[in-house]
Amino acid sequence: MHVPILKQGGYLIATIQSVLSDADLLQLRDDLADRVGQFRSRGVIIDVTVLDVIDSFATRTLRGVAHMLKLRGADTVIVGIQPDVAFAMVQLGLTLEGVGTALDLEEGLAFLNAKAKRGGVVARTGAAARRSPPGAHDSQIKRGGSRR
Amino acid sequence: MSTFNEEYSVPIKSAADIVVARQKGRALAIQLGFNGSDPTMIAAAISEVARNIVNHAKSGEIVLSGIYDSRRHGIQVVARDDGPGIPNVDQAMQYGFSSNKGMGVGLPGAKWLMDEFDIQSQVGKGTRVSMRKWVT
Repeated sequence: MHVPILKQGGYLIATIQSVLSDADLLQLRDDLADRVGQFRSRGVIIDVTVLDVIDSFATRTLRGVAHMLKLRGADTVIVGIQPDVAFAMVQLGLTLEGVGTALDLEEGLAFLNAKAKRGGVVARTGAAARRSPPGAHDSQIKRGGSRR
Repeated sequence: MSTFNEEYSVPIKSAADIVVARQKGRALAIQLGFNGSDPTMIAAAISEVARNIVNHAKSGEIVLSGIYDSRRHGIQVVARDDGPGIPNVDQAMQYGFSSNKGMGVGLPGAKWLMDEFDIQSQVGKGTRVSMRKWVT
């Protein structure tokens, strides 16, 4: 089943709609890699609320997606891992090391906003955008809005 | 008690069948009285052993059944294939060991998720993984 990808400001939101086969997961990876380039997105949220199981393959793929998108300049946050699913992942020894996770969509957006602010993310398209040195004051960073 | 005496066989020929097998397994687990996180544990274990079939043997089957003894009842999951077999089962059961591009998590992980785990493999003949979990 195809996973719809929505553009929300500078972010992409992929909400998984039903249980996914391996092929669907790989398709999602490829779609996200394309869209990040197309929309110049700085952050991606993958909502996995409906997944019944996140097994070793799904974990490896999600981790791969996040690392690949990072190389494309976008942060990924996985949201909505259900308690039982998380427990089974722990039992299997599976971790999403190096990948952002958040409780739900709202927390995921907050995570990306916070990360953008903290990490000195500059608007990709801004002509005057300059990368700030680490630890630079937030006010030096030009962003679309001054929320938070 | 005879209600659950049937066996469900799910042929595993492609990755899409993994989803079918774990959904059937979860449904049977709930029907058998598993609750809390147990149905998800069972589904995850099925997912791993079914994936093992797809990755190594191309085709096989998952057989699900309710099991009973005098004191308790539970679920049995048998994953069977006619694939190349596993030359070194002890090694395959080591966490992090993988003969292909996998994570080497599948078989040892499935063992952790279930109460009983048995694996038999003959090179050139195939592999049979049998797992059980009891309702507590």
